[in-house]
Amino acid sequence: MEMSANELAGQKTGVELSALKAEARNLNFYYGDMQALKGVSLPVAERRVTALIGPSGCGKSTFLRCFNRMHDLYDGSRYEGEIVFQPDGVNILERSVDPIEVRMRIGMVFQKPNPFPKSIFENVAYGLRVRGERSRRVMAEKVEAALRDASLWDEVSDRLDDMAFNLSGGQQQRLCIARALATEPELMLFDEPTSALDPIATANIEELIHRLKDKVTILIVTHNMQQAARVSDYTAFMYLGELVEFGDTNLIFTNPKSKQTEDYITGRYG
Amino acid sequence: MAYDAQTVRRLVARGKHWDKVFVIIGLLSLMVGVLTLAVLLAGLIHDGAGRLNLDFFSNFPSRRAERAGILSALVGSSLVMLVTALAAIPLGIAAGVYLEEYARKNWLTEIIEINVTNLAGVPSIIYGLLALGLFVYAFDFGQSILSAGLTLALLILPVIIVATREAIRAIPGTIREGAYALGATRWQTVRDHVVPYSTGGILTGVIIGLARAIGETAPVITIGALTFIAFLPEAPVGGEFPFISFEWLSSPFTVMPIQMFNWLSRPQAAFQENAAAAGMVLVVLTLLMNALAIWLRLRYRKRIKW
Repeated sequence: MEMSANELAGQKTGVELSALKAEARNLNFYYGDMQALKGVSLPVAERRVTALIGPSGCGKSTFLRCFNRMHDLYDGSRYEGEIVFQPDGVNILERSVDPIEVRMRIGMVFQKPNPFPKSIFENVAYGLRVRGERSRRVMAEKVEAALRDASLWDEVSDRLDDMAFNLSGGQQQRLCIARALATEPELMLFDEPTSALDPIATANIEELIHRLKDKVTILIVTHNMQQAARVSDYTAFMYLGELVEFGDTNLIFTNPKSKQTEDYITGRYG
Repeated sequence: MAYDAQTVRRLVARGKHWDKVFVIIGLLSLMVGVLTLAVLLAGLIHDGAGRLNLDFFSNFPSRRAERAGILSALVGSSLVMLVTALAAIPLGIAAGVYLEEYARKNWLTEIIEINVTNLAGVPSIIYGLLALGLFVYAFDFGQSILSAGLTLALLILPVIIVATREAIRAIPGTIREGAYALGATRWQTVRDHVVPYSTGGILTGVIIGLARAIGETAPVITIGALTFIAFLPEAPVGGEFPFISFEWLSSPFTVMPIQMFNWLSRPQAAFQENAAAAGMVLVVLTLLMNALAIWLRLRYRKRIKW
């Protein structure tokens, strides 16, 4: 039996959620005439990891990028519906909401490490500069704290002025995590953060995500189901722009309600 | 149907035959360009090397060929280039950045884009005519260094705009998204990322543009550069208050290619030597500028690799 995505969201899923950090309500998204998201509703629990899984092209990255209004950078994108951000209770998709304000509070880590061609220090400090931080002392403290949180400090503390490109791929991705952490975001979006990394670097990042959820709410897109099972508290399965099933990660992987979810997690397609 | 060993060998041999033919055609084509340049340079050196000495650089033009020099032309060219650079660099970069980072992609920007590219192909004398009406008469800048500099700035503006846009396009979208994701505004992204990361490409465009401008003759003649000038414009920096003078901007002037043209048009053989020597100086200047462009490109490419 198919349930509409709408009914799956929030309390109706029967999932016990702690406080919500954000909630997508009946979200439609269009690239020009092409509808990429169809009525997606999803709660994002505070200080928990919520994973989005699904086959390529199912709209999980598109959905993630709605949360920091990344689509606004490109012509021809259109949102319908709501993403209510807590504690303010504001719909961040509203036209009157400045996407830059949204991005000030919601950080993002991308699929491929994308450090700026600047020094390691400058990469982490950039978000602080954007926020008008002038004191060198405060800046240095926050950069160190962010690098420690991203488990990178011990590897780079003696070469903060080196170019970020000289780091390995895994280090670069942790640098990008530190860069986002330095701005103390309330919600962090991870868009397949390990898809370009080797298994050891991937394990590092997963461990990091696991530790970070004490500080920050995390929404992560992954094409890797084992990864979703390892790092997340809640999992949402998306297919063809719709949310098929959402629930407690353990339940989704052991006892999926939907046939589609079951087929996907057992590797029958995707 | 499988290919037996002999058929394969024959097929490969036939294919390779065309490799050899193309290598010969390619080398010949290359030689046409390289040899022409070499012969040209050798000719200039043969004719003009005898005239190259310190006096040649420090003398004003003269009716006597052996006492004539390129001082006023060299100074004129330098000052005109200064004005050109100061006008064209900020305008070109601003226009390029606007088109890439700010302008919405619609039919209007499409038309502007096509026209910018077309402007690069407009014959330079047309710019001279435009400048004669606009700078010399309408703005009343006169037949001055300022008018010449602005004219050449217009001429190389498309080159700088196109170079700026290409350099910006080489920046991966993920870098831009990384900046925006941190909450940067468009201006912050442009100032802190887009422009710094495209500096190498922009500078290359600027220098190639200037190297073209320094050899331009037609538009500068059109706006009324002198062909014989035996004094220098007032120095921009002086010993007396207020130390900086802008008198030189309104000064009459000549430039290297016009000086060369002037000597070429004289019947005496000695002046032909002068022309060849001035040509050598001009070619060396252009080569140096291009070398600088290459060096800058390599330097920046080493620092930033996408």
